[in-house]
Amino acid sequence: MANLPFRIVMASALALAVAGCAKKKPAELPPPPASGPADTGADTSGTSTQTGDVPGSRADFLRQAGTDTVYFVTDSHDIDSEAQAILLRQAQWLARNPRVRVTVEGHADERGTREYNLALGDRRANSAKNFLAANGVDAGRISVISYGKERPAATGSDESAWAQNRRAVTVVPVGGTGF
Amino acid sequence: MTLMTPFALSLSKGRSFLRRAKGRASTGSARTALLAAAALFATPAAAQLRVDVSGGIAQPMPIAIPVMPTPAATGTPAGDTASLGQRVAEIVTNDLKGSGLFSPLPQGQLAPVAFAQVTAPDFPFWTQTGAQALVQGFVQANGDGSLTVGCYLYDVVSGAEIARQGFVVQPAAWRRGAHKCADTVYTRLTGEGPYFDSRVVYVSETGPKKKRIKRLAIMDQDGANHRFLTNGRAIVLTPRFAPNQQTIAYMSFENDRPRVYVYQIGSGTQRLVVDQPNMTFAPRFSPDGRSIVFSMAVNGNTDIYRVPASGGQPVRLTTSPGIDTSASYSPDGSKIVFESDRGGGQQLYVMNADGSGQQRISFGGGRYATPVWSPRGDLIAFTKIGGGFSVGIMSPTGGGERILTHGWQDEGPTFSPNGRVIMFFRTGQGSGKADLWSVDLTGVNERRIPTPLDGSDPAWGPLLP
Repeated sequence: MANLPFRIVMASALALAVAGCAKKKPAELPPPPASGPADTGADTSGTSTQTGDVPGSRADFLRQAGTDTVYFVTDSHDIDSEAQAILLRQAQWLARNPRVRVTVEGHADERGTREYNLALGDRRANSAKNFLAANGVDAGRISVISYGKERPAATGSDESAWAQNRRAVTVVPVGGTGF
Repeated sequence: MTLMTPFALSLSKGRSFLRRAKGRASTGSARTALLAAAALFATPAAAQLRVDVSGGIAQPMPIAIPVMPTPAATGTPAGDTASLGQRVAEIVTNDLKGSGLFSPLPQGQLAPVAFAQVTAPDFPFWTQTGAQALVQGFVQANGDGSLTVGCYLYDVVSGAEIARQGFVVQPAAWRRGAHKCADTVYTRLTGEGPYFDSRVVYVSETGPKKKRIKRLAIMDQDGANHRFLTNGRAIVLTPRFAPNQQTIAYMSFENDRPRVYVYQIGSGTQRLVVDQPNMTFAPRFSPDGRSIVFSMAVNGNTDIYRVPASGGQPVRLTTSPGIDTSASYSPDGSKIVFESDRGGGQQLYVMNADGSGQQRISFGGGRYATPVWSPRGDLIAFTKIGGGFSVGIMSPTGGGERILTHGWQDEGPTFSPNGRVIMFFRTGQGSGKADLWSVDLTGVNERRIPTPLDGSDPAWGPLLP
């Protein structure tokens, strides 16, 4: 419940991002459709060419998976149902883009000691990685890195900022496979 | 005038550490000589001149530290000997005042001291100032380019000399002569070990909270001689001195691979300690300098390992499924204190150096983290998490817990070389800005350590040789 205001912020931020994408005209010709078995054609409702996102790119991932970030409760690395739904969409995208390798970044809020938080961030990154792997993503495509409390996403010293900082971020290379 | 020096120190050219003069006594026998000299000169009254350090500091001892004269004003690369005499007295004053155990008289109450008076103080004058102890000395340029700092401690009431030391230093290391003088006074009057002639390595911080720039930096214990060691390109964390003080173990995010490195102060080179596909962090040297104990995270599980400081195959010391980290050796090297959340939350554990006999020692409310063993062996300092973040101490068996600080977030204690003072870092609410602080073991005399930028992760080095 404490997360509610933040979720709304996230949702509107996402809407803005999508709106921004939609308005932007493609600078060059749309790239050819992705070839290979990964493109099942099942997900045609929002094909990349309509927005100019390069298939397999970070922008494509963010649009189709919805978000690159899942959140954790204090001192926990459990993947809750909300996080599961996000990671499932990420796993589906990764299944469609089998040449893309990702890095999962684990982060902690500032209310922990430095070294413990490095370990906690590693736990969170591995939780997300293991969930992706359990849902069909080759674990060899996923590397992990923990930043502990070194790279907060929100700068406040309050519960809402800390909730935004307890996170695992699936980072797709900007250009996709160029990893 | 001839200075009797129980032992003399000299600084070899181009090196940043002091070397004992050939044929002179070792530190151990030098201390014996000092005590012997003190006993020789001590009167009963002098024997009673002592700062009580057992409890809180009730009343700091009034002490007079006048400007130190020079037998002949001589130009040196560090300034002329007359101005050095003033600056040496200032450093001795700051050191002793900073300990919280002494109350140096203000400049206005001091009288100039002629060179001939250094060994023959005007006791009637000093008595009426209210000073109980008097530090006099001199700075002299020697023919070989070195400096001699003479340091004399007097009991004002009895009119007796109770300590004297002479220090031969290269001009570039003149501050060390002052710190050694302050250490002479401090040890003689408190019975505690020296700590002023020591250095601190820490992480200098600047920049926005989302993207702090962190650099290794080294400085004297009083903040002087500050120097950056890394350029800030990669995040660096948790530096710790090797016993030889020439090597620093730390963690760096170089190339987005967070790993433990060692840094050579002399050459400025860094070397990866363990080449593993996993994150390594939380390094500390063993007291003999031969090993580094560290944490490694493998598939989300963090355990403690040991590796030869020169590199090699890591030996796993813990196997719990929890987070085991922040390992610190006892000064005799036989035991290791660490934190683990194997029981649910972070708590402190002690094990033998080979990993056997793991036993929990913290049982209070809240969580306990970042334990560090006192160089004196008698205490373990830690971060206590419960509501706020505080620095506290307990015995190595877990008894006698005392919380010493109460900031928004106080974290990461490190002991002075004599185990008497604890340095830590304090992070502000909201800003995320951190700075270095120190506090006496009794929980009093909390003070900020001056740094050019923000600071975190301090590690106090051993006493300089």
